[in-house]
Amino acid sequence: MQARRLRTAVAIAAVTALAVGAAGCAESERDGDSGEAKTGGTFIFAGAGDPKNFDPIFNDDGESFRPIRQMFDTLVTHKPGTADLTGGLAESWEHDASGKVWTFKLRQGVKFHDGTPMNAAAVCYNFDRWYNMKGAAAQANMIYYMDTFGGFAKNEAEGAGESIYDKCEAKDDNTAVLSLKKYKGAFPGAFALTSLSIASPEALKKYDADTVTQNGDSFAYSAFANEHPVGTGPFTFGGWDKAKGEITLNRNPDYWGDKAKVDKLIIKIIKDENTRKQELRAGTVHGIDFPAPADRKALADEGFQVLDRPAFNILYLGINQKNPKLKDLRVRQAIAYALNRQQLVQTKGPGGSKVADEFLPDTVLGYAPDVQKYEYNPDKAKQLLKEAGAENLTLNFYYPPDVTRPYMPNPQEIFTILANDLQAVGIKVNGVPRPWNGGFKDDVQTFGKHDLHILGWTGDYNDPGNFVGTFFGRGKAEFGDQAMTEMFDAITKADATVDEAGKKAAWEQVNRDIASKWLPAVPVWHAPPAIVVTKDVQGLLASPLTDERFNTVSVKQ
Amino acid sequence: MLRVIVRRLLQLVVTLIALSALIFIWLRNLPGGPVDALLGERATPETRALLTKALGYDQPIYVQYGKFMQRILTGDFGNSIRTGDPVIEVIGRAFPATFELALAAMIIAVGLGIPLGYLAARWRGRALDHLTVVGTLLGISIPIFFLGYLLKDVFTQNIHWFPPSGRVGIGLDNTNVTGFFVLDGLLTREFDAAADALWHLILPALTLATIPLAVIVRMTRASVLDVLNEDYVRTAEAKGLRHRTIRGRHILRNALLPVVTTIGLQTGALLSGAVLTEKVYNWGGLGTLITDSITGSRDYPVLQALILLAALVFVVVNLLVDLSYAFIDPRVRVR
Repeated sequence: MQARRLRTAVAIAAVTALAVGAAGCAESERDGDSGEAKTGGTFIFAGAGDPKNFDPIFNDDGESFRPIRQMFDTLVTHKPGTADLTGGLAESWEHDASGKVWTFKLRQGVKFHDGTPMNAAAVCYNFDRWYNMKGAAAQANMIYYMDTFGGFAKNEAEGAGESIYDKCEAKDDNTAVLSLKKYKGAFPGAFALTSLSIASPEALKKYDADTVTQNGDSFAYSAFANEHPVGTGPFTFGGWDKAKGEITLNRNPDYWGDKAKVDKLIIKIIKDENTRKQELRAGTVHGIDFPAPADRKALADEGFQVLDRPAFNILYLGINQKNPKLKDLRVRQAIAYALNRQQLVQTKGPGGSKVADEFLPDTVLGYAPDVQKYEYNPDKAKQLLKEAGAENLTLNFYYPPDVTRPYMPNPQEIFTILANDLQAVGIKVNGVPRPWNGGFKDDVQTFGKHDLHILGWTGDYNDPGNFVGTFFGRGKAEFGDQAMTEMFDAITKADATVDEAGKKAAWEQVNRDIASKWLPAVPVWHAPPAIVVTKDVQGLLASPLTDERFNTVSVKQ
Repeated sequence: MLRVIVRRLLQLVVTLIALSALIFIWLRNLPGGPVDALLGERATPETRALLTKALGYDQPIYVQYGKFMQRILTGDFGNSIRTGDPVIEVIGRAFPATFELALAAMIIAVGLGIPLGYLAARWRGRALDHLTVVGTLLGISIPIFFLGYLLKDVFTQNIHWFPPSGRVGIGLDNTNVTGFFVLDGLLTREFDAAADALWHLILPALTLATIPLAVIVRMTRASVLDVLNEDYVRTAEAKGLRHRTIRGRHILRNALLPVVTTIGLQTGALLSGAVLTEKVYNWGGLGTLITDSITGSRDYPVLQALILLAALVFVVVNLLVDLSYAFIDPRVRVR
């Protein structure tokens, strides 16, 4: 009896000692030594979701792009902390007078992680691979390629257009010449898309990268995409422990650019926002993304570095002209005058937000400083409504209360304030909250059931077409499927203008006309999303395109 | 007995087929779907059409269901829409996490619940009994997510005794053998990893154990109180049997029958509790998988398999509970 009790007591003590010991170890690991930033160590960043896989061309979301950007490079990239283009794997690039032939002068001596050379042949291999991709499963996952090149050698889907890709030739080891069938305004900005990163041809072949198989109602990706991604980036792939939700990347000692300062980069997947914050506070992760607006001040007060990304997004109030009343420009202008956007920015905008007068940030080519502005003027709004005979207007205002987006961190509050402004000028507003997935997007973007809605966009690359062209380049249910031919034509023309000065002038005019003549929506704000790191982290440059490369980061050990 | 088991298994097959059809039709009729979830704001009519075709959603629903059943019968549940991994692999990876958590919670609940319930009954009306009654009421009424966040806030943010989330420390180089991290640490003699895993397990297990613990305490208390008034207990006492014999052979053995039923039901209920607990602690088990599959990428293949698996667990656990009656009380015959 005594012996049994003793055994039980010893067992309990052992378990407790084990647990407390582990706590002590972890605590001591967290404390670390204070000191200056130095090379080595591990940078741990909390991701919000699983990446899909690591083959750049088959991805289109931020959680997948975060690790991919550390392992791969693009021909053209962004100057750190800006949306301005600079050389990536290509030291320079130029196009001919037609804008259809692009010549890239590549960096010399760059090697992929598998030791094979990055040269013109490798670049062309990638372009050819994308264009010749076979199978509906593979093509369906190439969203950005479809968006920029328009189609494939053999399209698997009906309705897909003809590809603008013609050929890519390696003139010599360091000169790749890309020929397009027609000029595309998205380039050169779109060459910086993470999806269009250059991968090792040897690894692509060895690990069967093109094999995307459809199994039932889902896809399976290759060994390249899951286990052997090989690029030229500052980090090499270490592994993805799916049971623990950890992606480990190792420093690439042969990187052609600024070599990583830390030895190891871990992306820890923590899907719950609150938990990410708690891990940051516990010191177990060094950085988190997109803090809730309400937390920003508290985190800054606690000593964390809340780094605002320069805003590269737009929130707008969309107007559906399927409603005959809203076809009248005066009514749409009345709505614009009714909104006190300055106050909205001050009360609900994340720090650094500013009122938007156009549908693109001022860092993008084609931003016109002299567009018609709609300052808050409720009297003018009432007068315009009266002139248009729309004094007793009732509008269904759709909004998604269940999501946050970098450009729309608090949809419910944004709706409430905008709706109050509209009510104040006599417009009766029926609020229609709909779940983002399975309600809002269907009703607004597919069926156009709404009169008004809030929605926005974060730019993919530095080009006006990626903003204005995306919203208003063709008829969309969101704005009433209207044949606004004049607007569509102007946008198509601006997008097709090759000469830089002409392109700038064309887009500026489009933006002026959107504000004064067409007003299909009202731009609300540009809101800078933030990235938060502990005070021990140095060298992180917040990118407007969320294109942060962690090779510049060091952590005080 | 064998006939009963065979009959029950046949019932299970019919139940699962009916359930599969129900889930399949329900999921596909929900507004929204994986196509929009995958494409996000970047959806264009072309990309939507391409993805719809590639995923086979352009086919009639009975064709889709036929193909689904064909695959299931060969043991192929498809691949995750999000990561492309086979669904079986995804679930297999998450299962040990949930099982480890549920087992730890059940050990706490049963290990504390039965003795506490017994003592409360034996000392009815005394301080321990009152405390137990109040405590169990509290345990049943506090929502798991609230308790989880409360414990987390106190023990990880204020007094830093435990880590806020996860199953092991970030970057810990542990060997994964079975997926049960505590067990793996012991098997591979990586005792620091076992301790770390145990340290991560304590708060989530306590959170998840609260409701079953409270239920088991109450059921044990009530059941023991019933048995204490039975004639055979009085007779045993009158015969002068030792307390230990009366307690073990006459009181607990008889009182445990409804408690075992409760434990069986609570094991099933642990799954639903695990959804919330895992969410709070970023546990990476089946609960997290279910919520992510619904709210994240509308991962139909994973969701379908998970619901079928949950149904399977419920039915099998109930069968086992029925069979265990016969073991505990030979008078019971399972029909």
